[in-house]
Amino acid sequence: MSMLKVEDLCIKVHDRKTTDTLVQDVDFEMNKGDIMGIVGESGSGKTMTALAIAGLLSRHDMEKSGHIIFEGINLLDIKRNVLRKIQGNEISMVFQEPLNSLNPLKKVGWQVEESLRIHTSMDKNEMRDRAIEALRDVELQNPEAVYESYPHELSGGMRQRAMIAAAMIIQPKLLICDEPTTALDVTIQAQIVELLKRINRERQTAILFISHDLSLVNTLCERVIVMQHGLVKESGLCDDIFNNPQDEYTKKLIAAIPKSPFGI
Amino acid sequence: MTGNNKVKLIIGLVLTGIVFLMLLFGIFYTPYDPMAMDASVSKSISLKHIMGCDQFGRDVFSRVLVGVKETMIVAGAVVLIGVFFGTVVGTLTGYFGGWIDEILMRLNDAVLAFPSVLLALLVIGLYGGGRNTLILALGIAFIPSFARIIRSEVLKIKNLDYIQSVRLFGAGHLRIIVVHILPNLKTVMLSSILIGFNNAVLAEAGMSYLGMGVAPPNPSLGRMLSEAQAYIFTNPMTAVFPGITIVIMILGFSLLSAATEKG
Amino acid sequence: MKYVIKKLLTTLITLFAVSALVFFSFSVIPGNPAVSRLGTEATPEKIEKLTHEMGLDRPLPERYGEWVLNILHGDFGKSYSYNQKVTSLLSEKIGTTLILSVIAIILTVAVAFPLGIYTARKSDSKLDVVLTSLNQLIMAIPSFFSGILITLLFGFVFKLFTPGAYVSYKVNFLRCVGYLFFPALAIALPKISMVVKLLKDTALKEANKDYVVTAYSRGNATRAVFYKHVLKNAMIPVITFLGMTFADIIAGSIIVEQVFSVPGLGRILLTSISGRDYPMVQAIILLLSVFVVISNLAVDFMYRAFDKRIRV
Repeated sequence: MSMLKVEDLCIKVHDRKTTDTLVQDVDFEMNKGDIMGIVGESGSGKTMTALAIAGLLSRHDMEKSGHIIFEGINLLDIKRNVLRKIQGNEISMVFQEPLNSLNPLKKVGWQVEESLRIHTSMDKNEMRDRAIEALRDVELQNPEAVYESYPHELSGGMRQRAMIAAAMIIQPKLLICDEPTTALDVTIQAQIVELLKRINRERQTAILFISHDLSLVNTLCERVIVMQHGLVKESGLCDDIFNNPQDEYTKKLIAAIPKSPFGI
Repeated sequence: MTGNNKVKLIIGLVLTGIVFLMLLFGIFYTPYDPMAMDASVSKSISLKHIMGCDQFGRDVFSRVLVGVKETMIVAGAVVLIGVFFGTVVGTLTGYFGGWIDEILMRLNDAVLAFPSVLLALLVIGLYGGGRNTLILALGIAFIPSFARIIRSEVLKIKNLDYIQSVRLFGAGHLRIIVVHILPNLKTVMLSSILIGFNNAVLAEAGMSYLGMGVAPPNPSLGRMLSEAQAYIFTNPMTAVFPGITIVIMILGFSLLSAATEKG
Repeated sequence: MKYVIKKLLTTLITLFAVSALVFFSFSVIPGNPAVSRLGTEATPEKIEKLTHEMGLDRPLPERYGEWVLNILHGDFGKSYSYNQKVTSLLSEKIGTTLILSVIAIILTVAVAFPLGIYTARKSDSKLDVVLTSLNQLIMAIPSFFSGILITLLFGFVFKLFTPGAYVSYKVNFLRCVGYLFFPALAIALPKISMVVKLLKDTALKEANKDYVVTAYSRGNATRAVFYKHVLKNAMIPVITFLGMTFADIIAGSIIVEQVFSVPGLGRILLTSISGRDYPMVQAIILLLSVFVVISNLAVDFMYRAFDKRIRV
């Protein structure tokens, strides 16, 4: 049985009069240690899909149908308090804007530890040790200092590393990354991608990588889903899709990739 | 406009409508001479005296009407002073920046940190009470808040691309300010004028309650309250009606400003 | 530490600026105070004598320096109308006004915070509409009118206190506080409404920010997201607002003292203004200003303790 199985996922938003379909009939599976990308432009439904898996779509005006089966449990069916035991524990998430995604008034260390505080009964010192270890593991220099600092005192790349540390601290089975490198410089982007690769290799953590950047997905992922207007246009192995795209939209996406002399 | 804002707008319009109606009556017609005393008349509410009479037998309704006029004259003048000088200061500091900005804004912040009641009492302490001093005192106290709002708006507009391109075409500072910046301040101006009225009515009523406003026996809403207070247990309505009138004025303006803030 | 020193220094400078403003504005009043004091019995000799006694013939900066030095020694000069030292006239009144302001501040914070938090958490309930409308109304009632209504309701109908029967805190502290509770309530009511509204508005704004999604993604319950993440961020604008409110409360006590016949700084300020008792007016305005400046400083420090991003 696969770790994550998404079947016929539909997300609709009801306005007063109209109904918008944001995601329609999305199907895919992921196994332990898989690393998969979802590519599409803004409004393609890729972020909605990610948020639905992470259990973060709880707005009243939203209608979700289909199945998101994680470890045999349908996440769309269970109660909030059961879902909460999975959130941050078995499924973690890293977001696009590390500055906005961190609470500006809390120390970085406090935020990195948060999942431990919620899901375990560790004492302060244990949590601190684990947090510093996690910060070191995401290749942050001087993790003790980072632990004691506030988000505004770090650079963009450092913040995103801290976010990854916070997401990884409790060894989740699935890490969802929603455009984690979009807000960063190109060189930092490459480093973060390398970091994610290493985490995937060493920990066997499955990674679902959401991006608008097909070439970036190609450097990181084995498999990819291409989405447009809420629909899955094409899916399969990265190499296949890159070399032999079937769908018109995918062809356009590939054609639009600038030929980089450095081959990032 | 959201539904919530629509409700605010409608109630605000109704209340300010009532206020302006009272203002018109206060200027042109009152059922009785607001200053005429008549010891023989009953103080309670009747068809002849819909708000009753005060301890001297003066018709409360007529006095409230004239009181509204008095309050609105002071509030209008205060807002006028505040808006005019506030716009001048705000535009100069926002547009030119530099040391003018530095000096004026320091001063502005210092004045802003002080409650307007205290500032007004300082001026009145110097020059004595009365309507004109009150207008001057409150007017000065109101300039800084307007200046601050206008300044931040001018700063925003100044950095827009089209102002930069107008400058490239060789428009002078005065032309840019008058033709391109000032007309863009309309929305901000409207909501700050409404909030200004709200605060000015409150300040005028407070000052005249303290006896620092228009001289007796002329009626003013605040003074009516303080005069009626001595008879509060025997004739409470004499205090309640002017009080409610003040509340209607403030509520009306504050609802309108809340409704126009973010259309 | 650097921050604290810098802040204390600017506060000192502000205090000097305020004192200069108060002093010099009184020196530009047209007419010779000695003449107005003597009134009808003014003869040129008498005027000259009194002018000299009051030090009015000396240069202004010198008089200002002396005035400040005297104040630092606790000497505000002599009242014109009472012919007593200003300090001895004011000492008890300062205490009265301070107690009144402090009760009003405590009342504002103690009621507004829980109520604001409650309305922020229940912002989509039916009760919210009622509370919001009530709030809007209370904000529009000036403290002197709500003071009169409170007198009517609690003094006349429920007989919880006797209007006008103020007891000095030197005689009986508890009864004094019991009396001052009602004027403090009149001052606090509109402030409570404003804080509740602001707290609710900012909490709702904060609830839409990205870090809230992060907090949910870690498995926080709605309650924990609110108390551990949203609330602290929502407090920042509220604290800024409280700074202005404290100053307003101190100034508001002037009016409300009048409503409840509390013999504090406000009342004596008003009699001194009508009596043209300039040393008294000067001293009271200066004192009230000092209260305002110090409360602003206190709020600045509170703000700083809350938000480490703030630097001067």
